[in-house]
Amino acid sequence: MKMRLLTNLLQDKLAVLSLAVIGLILAAGAMAPVFAPHDPNAVNMDLRYAGASWHYLLGNDHLGRCILSRLIYGIRPSVLGVLAALFVSVALGAFLGLVAGYFKGKTDAVIMRVCDIMLSFPGYVMTLAIVGILGVGLGNILLAFMLLKWAWFARIIRASVLQAAEADYIKFARITGVPSITILLRHVVPVVSADIAVVASSSFGSMILQLSGFSFLGLGVQAPNAEWGMMLNEARDVMFSRPELMLAPGLAIVLTVSAVNFMSDALQTALDPTLSKTNRKFREQASLPVKLRGKEVA
Amino acid sequence: MGSYISRRIALSIPLLAVISFLTFLLVNLSPLDPAEVVLQAQGVPMITDELLTQTKQELGLDRPFLIRYWHWALSCLQLDFGHSYVTGQPVWSQLGPAFLHTFKLTIVSAACMIFFSIVLGVICAWREGKLLDRSVRGISFFLTAIPSYWLGAMLVWLVAVKLDWLPTSGMESYRSYILPVMVLTISYASIYFRFVRSAMISNLNADYVLYARACGLPEKKVTVHLLRNSLQVAISVFCMAIPVLLGSTVVVENIFAWPGLGSLTVNAILSRDFPMIQAYVLVLAAAFVVFNALADVLQAAMNPKLRKDL
Repeated sequence: MKMRLLTNLLQDKLAVLSLAVIGLILAAGAMAPVFAPHDPNAVNMDLRYAGASWHYLLGNDHLGRCILSRLIYGIRPSVLGVLAALFVSVALGAFLGLVAGYFKGKTDAVIMRVCDIMLSFPGYVMTLAIVGILGVGLGNILLAFMLLKWAWFARIIRASVLQAAEADYIKFARITGVPSITILLRHVVPVVSADIAVVASSSFGSMILQLSGFSFLGLGVQAPNAEWGMMLNEARDVMFSRPELMLAPGLAIVLTVSAVNFMSDALQTALDPTLSKTNRKFREQASLPVKLRGKEVA
Repeated sequence: MGSYISRRIALSIPLLAVISFLTFLLVNLSPLDPAEVVLQAQGVPMITDELLTQTKQELGLDRPFLIRYWHWALSCLQLDFGHSYVTGQPVWSQLGPAFLHTFKLTIVSAACMIFFSIVLGVICAWREGKLLDRSVRGISFFLTAIPSYWLGAMLVWLVAVKLDWLPTSGMESYRSYILPVMVLTISYASIYFRFVRSAMISNLNADYVLYARACGLPEKKVTVHLLRNSLQVAISVFCMAIPVLLGSTVVVENIFAWPGLGSLTVNAILSRDFPMIQAYVLVLAAAFVVFNALADVLQAAMNPKLRKDL
């Protein structure tokens, strides 16, 4: 199963490329001090709005700070922060989805009703509400993501568990008295982990967009910290005189989100042979609901 | 059909109640004392305990939680969402006009978005796998990765500043609509057209199309059947697009200085104007529930099979 997934994925050249891009971005973010040529917060008033030079590859911003270094440090909140929030909400959703789908009955009903209520709130509006109540800042936005996204993951994972639990080998394991926890971990989780990967990756891109959007509005990361949306927010004040400042952070977001979306698409194809290129029409059908929900808002 | 509609509406009412309760609860979970927020917003220099208790009494915060909720919910039904902490004005006097402005923007954008989604979706379905289909999907893929505020800023710079064609901000004439509507349409049509496309494709291969063609029905009539069946799925998606747009024009409003809900809310969040935030969440959540019900009803109207479940 895992091998086939890997070989399928590697055959798709675009997928390999996007995986490489994502890997590079994550590594650069994690080891920002190594990659960044300068201190991202070092103000140098002599170099205000300086163009690209060998010393400062992408030039300097309105305070003479190195744009490249700020971009690299910006990966931390923009991508790594989102990844952490995604991880928590997926873990929560996966746990509840597994429990609901496997034990069915009352547990299932209760969890699903809670999910229904969660999903009847518009996600973007609720994020705004939570930020409004708890105060602006990166932490609160990530917290809002964690609190709001799990319901969607739980619902999808439950559907996939329901299907997986129908398999004869799982029924057999139940009858022979294998403890539920063992069945779940050994037989159910490996089967549904593919679906978990797909739903998680399809939400990743939209979450990156949302977070940078909130920072752009001034509700997320606060100055002087570097974050892509924040950099765009700062660049916006001089948009008419120095439009080039909008370019680097904007392109960084577009590149990252495209890579994530490509990978998510490739993952879906690799996981499900029926979605392969010969069967394109099924691919669209199967992948759409997840994708749409993932992108609530640009 | 009538009974379906009444059942669907009956289903929404408890949901609205739960939503209003959660909204109220949310504000009460705030780590800040509302009385303190009010005093700070009014610029009171020295906040004494005495003043705090007095403000609490004025705001009715000394009463038990459930009673406060009950009063709040009753007055919300009469569009009285309390008074802004910052301006002291009734919330609705600001929220109402802002809602109207955002609603106008949303309706125009939704109309454009639906039009382009259907046109692109149908064309792509017809040319499935051909160059046109692949290029439209390829471009849309990149468009979904572009942050709408960045797209908006780029368009402002290009169209309004470089070429000086259109106003960059405000809501003066129909020309002010062009840029924000364009940004919203691009962001959303690039996702939504796929729905139409995939629905069309699955219908193109359905037996009834083959049958209609085999019977010698003119291609035009076949197309009418196809569209009717394909748009059925799309209709619920499009219906939900309206509340989604209502809630997500925030960024676009911010860029184009649109005097709508988004601008109002961002300011409310920055100044911690709780009644305003509360009213905003409630109004949008209610819009979600209402449009959700509307989508279901429309779908049931088009497809009698759906009327049975529920």
